[in-house]
Amino acid sequence: MQAINKENLADIQKALESFRGEEVYLHLETTSGVYTAYRDKSQLTVGCYIRNGKIRFTTGKITGAGPYRVGLKMDLGWVYAEGLTDWEVDGEGRLLLAGHNAEGKLACAFELSRTPFN
Amino acid sequence: MEKERHVLIAFPHPDDEAFGVAGTIIKFTDAGVPVTYACGTLGEMGRNMGKPFFANRETLPDIRREELKKACQVMGIQDLRMLGLRDKTIEFEDEEEVADKIFAVIQEVNPSLIITFYPGFAVHPDHDAYGAAVIRAAMRLPAEERPKIYCKAFSEGCVDILGKPDIVHDVMDVLDRKLEAIKAHRSQTEASVAQWQDSLGNKDEEFLQWVGKETFWTYKGPVVD
Ligand SMILES: [Zn+2]
Repeated sequence: MQAINKENLADIQKALESFRGEEVYLHLETTSGVYTAYRDKSQLTVGCYIRNGKIRFTTGKITGAGPYRVGLKMDLGWVYAEGLTDWEVDGEGRLLLAGHNAEGKLACAFELSRTPFN
Repeated sequence: MEKERHVLIAFPHPDDEAFGVAGTIIKFTDAGVPVTYACGTLGEMGRNMGKPFFANRETLPDIRREELKKACQVMGIQDLRMLGLRDKTIEFEDEEEVADKIFAVIQEVNPSLIITFYPGFAVHPDHDAYGAAVIRAAMRLPAEERPKIYCKAFSEGCVDILGKPDIVHDVMDVLDRKLEAIKAHRSQTEASVAQWQDSLGNKDEEFLQWVGKETFWTYKGPVVD
């Protein structure tokens, strides 16, 4: 993966738009880490993910000054992710975005694919 | 360490064995005891991607599979089973189905000892659910055929409820290979290993106690509170 920056933002926007209007598969995830509350009782362990959510969106944007945000507008709702720092289009043409914290641990992920994720 | 006929290691994530069991495994395989590792998932949802990160959510499973194979090589494990469950979902599976998968392995390898997580005392929901499935599977055997079960526990206050671990293995004599096994899980352990260099160099007593000693609780039945 590569860091998202001003220079490649347009490329990511273009990649995002290439998924627009068709039925695509979504992986969306955020996590504080399963040991969060174990290490610090004042904190809440939170996380959620959806894998292979089938969606279709009409407008999709990546915004922000870093870390970045993505929002997809669907006929009946929205998909939203915040804290994205890195990206790639992988060998299977999937758009992978992730947010890594200062330690390099994954904190969120937003991915689109034309075929189901395995 | 007691003599064993066959040891079954049963954990849900590749690397669950690394910090607290690898030395024990190395000592068994050194003594010629066959060891089978039934690993539930590929740790697909891990947050560690290497430091600096080289994995992503989609490449992580393949990377961790290879790391697990390498760690098994280091530990002398020749029989690695990957059960094909998915990270962070075990507690939502049908309990009997998960137990079925483990029971099939138990029946095939006929272990005299199983090492797993103590259900309810292992913090990660996958650890608790997988440990519970292992216990469920073992309980299908009549008591006289049932292998011993050593459990790992580390939830806060677990010593208050379980008492002190009754099994303590000194693994200082195989520490080099234990560290090598830990390092084999590179995507997951690179950051911790880097932090240890000082403790290792200074022969930090507390650190050596922690990494050089592996503790277990013999499973004695469900804990009622
Ligand atoms: Zn684990």
